[in-house]
Amino acid sequence: MRHLLSTRELSREQAIELLDIAEDMAAVQEREVKKLPTLRGKTVVNLFFEDSTRTRISFEAAAKRLSADVINFSAKGSSVSKGESLKDTAQTLQAMGADGVVIRHHASGAPYTLATSGWIDAGVVNAGDGTHEHPTQALLDAFTMRRRLHGAASRGRALDGVHVVIVGDVLHSRVARSNVWLLATLGAEVELVAPPTLVPVDTTTWPARVGYDLDAALSGTPDVVMMLRIQAERMHAAFFPNSREYARTWGLDDARFDALPPSTMVMHPGPMNRGLEIAARAADSPQSTVREQVANGVSVRMAALYLLMSGERGDA
Amino acid sequence: MSERFLITGATLPGGERADILLDGGIIAGVGSIADASGATVVDAAGLIALPGLVDLHTHLREPGYEQSETVLTGTQAAAAGGFTAVFAMANTFPVADTAGVVEQEASLGRTAGYATVQPIGAVTVGLKGEQLAELGAMARSRANVRVFSDDGFCVSDPLLMRRALEYVKAFDGVIAQHAQEPRLTEGAQMNEGALSGELGLTGWPAVAEESIIARDVLLAEHVGSRLHVCHVSTAGSVEVIRWAKARGIDVTAEVTPHHLLLTEDLIAGYDPRFKVNPPLRRAEDVEALRAALADGTIDIVATDHAPHPVEAKESEWQAAANGMVGLESALAVVHAAVVETGLMNWADVARVMSSAPARIGRLHGHGESVAVGAAPELTLYDPAAASEFDLDRLAGRSTNSPYLGRRLPGRVVATFHGGYPTFLDGAVRPLDEVARNAASALGVVHG
Ligand SMILES: [Zn+2]
Repeated sequence: MRHLLSTRELSREQAIELLDIAEDMAAVQEREVKKLPTLRGKTVVNLFFEDSTRTRISFEAAAKRLSADVINFSAKGSSVSKGESLKDTAQTLQAMGADGVVIRHHASGAPYTLATSGWIDAGVVNAGDGTHEHPTQALLDAFTMRRRLHGAASRGRALDGVHVVIVGDVLHSRVARSNVWLLATLGAEVELVAPPTLVPVDTTTWPARVGYDLDAALSGTPDVVMMLRIQAERMHAAFFPNSREYARTWGLDDARFDALPPSTMVMHPGPMNRGLEIAARAADSPQSTVREQVANGVSVRMAALYLLMSGERGDA
Repeated sequence: MSERFLITGATLPGGERADILLDGGIIAGVGSIADASGATVVDAAGLIALPGLVDLHTHLREPGYEQSETVLTGTQAAAAGGFTAVFAMANTFPVADTAGVVEQEASLGRTAGYATVQPIGAVTVGLKGEQLAELGAMARSRANVRVFSDDGFCVSDPLLMRRALEYVKAFDGVIAQHAQEPRLTEGAQMNEGALSGELGLTGWPAVAEESIIARDVLLAEHVGSRLHVCHVSTAGSVEVIRWAKARGIDVTAEVTPHHLLLTEDLIAGYDPRFKVNPPLRRAEDVEALRAALADGTIDIVATDHAPHPVEAKESEWQAAANGMVGLESALAVVHAAVVETGLMNWADVARVMSSAPARIGRLHGHGESVAVGAAPELTLYDPAAASEFDLDRLAGRSTNSPYLGRRLPGRVVATFHGGYPTFLDGAVRPLDEVARNAASALGVVHG
């Protein structure tokens, strides 16, 4: 793998391989000495044009546990916001000898531009671009589902027939997009539920069903319910009337949560708006995978960096 | 005495073969011309002779944005594309909203001599959409402005649009509308549809164009005015304009070469060369636009030539500038889109790229048929010279062409403006020669 830009371009085999390597990495995390020497002497740059302490820390931990040198380049408040271009920044990183660049950017496609421009030789990992994709989030979600479903027997398995309902602001969600493509590639059955204003106007090319009725979707007893973060400012742009109506119609409140079988996983990419898209009881229940998602994030990101930077880089 | 040119064996738009004699201020002969002693002979066997092309929608960027283009470099690009007249859009700095600015632009064009530069005046002061610019003063100025546009912005205020349409009736003017409902396109990055949803780019819905066109044709009908619609890009817009024309509303419309050839699929790689406003649309839209041009619903092709410096396109998609250069490639792209596909012939091309735009813009001395006594504005095009479009074909200051590396079916060989060549054997003629010829041609006209 040369870059990890989207889950859309991952084959089923590639996705399973990455999840399996993440299992190996998770096993290392359970040892006394958590560090592997794999990327010793290599440099990973965390290039964040948008604040996300959680994602940056996760990538930083992943890179350090592989013994890479890590440089955090926060482009917010630096010369970038004063007009320095992505190109100039990329050329700086190239001159610094970056082997891998983890990029978070507010513009959809920016990691793609970085990877295909010829400005830089490093492998590029998309850590979230605009409203496009967030591939490592989807991979950690799939990893989490697979572990809950298959435990120690996860290796080599996909998610065939697993019924996943994704609820919320699909229109602006890079997490939703990455999950739709990856979960479908792994054989899962994906259903999106949202206010009609928060779904792209045409989703006919998406391998997912789209509905507006959360109760109807939940009555199908899905294996996984994934709640997306809703940003309160959306109501000012007339996507929905107010947060109360949103919570009542599309939130996983106590009544909806109580009606789910105990086998249904409750997921959230974080950070959560408790009481808006998800009630505290659901978030803190044993069915919630929120804390595992954080831990698994490090394993999955170690696997991604390993695949891109450990010398097995092909041209794919 | 100015140089005479005998163009031999050209194919006229109607298909007949003829020699053409350019003698100073006019086309002095068309037919079989044996005796033209002293004339410079240009062998045009196999070439199509079209009346000099007229572009109703060019961004020349001067004054204010000379790092992208100047009147000189933009008209050199025009010459390379077979154009002998360009209508210069008003979004310069300062904005072309006064008689002074439009007269300066026209004069820069006359001095350079590569093409007639006909300024377009802004509809509103500073393109701000708040207050009418001095439309009458621009109309009465030496620049003789008849086309007014806030292009780049939509005159979205319905009352202001109504007043502008009414006001320009006093001097047979026309409002050229950039139809884009601003609220429906806030932050828009590409055509709204399945692909924008996948790519996570904010959509520019077709309805934002169609709703403004629908409103404007009804306003034009109500006040009995003339409306021109810039860069029509959707199948729905075609339907609205077809309805308006059937109803007798005085509306004309243009389509760009890129909307006749390119589709939104090209955006999948986030390559900013394909970022343009209005955006590239679906294959269905391209089909509808071609059909509309062929059946006359859309009157003309206009390039929307929009030069940008390299750095404006070397960035992530969202930060990149909108626009493509288009003058140099326009004729070959139209050839590929509607002639090769059998929808139109060369007489139709002469209409949509020369006579009709000159008529809409009320520009005299351009767009006349290739006939004795006509203005000596002429383009020679080789329809058999298929080749990959490359940087050598670009003659302006900027290189933001979406066609680089794409095979196009033909190329412009020569352009004559005012009876002298501005582009010959695939090369722009030298500055001093063209300026000298321009000065002496003006002498002919005025003396
Ligand atoms: Zn425009």
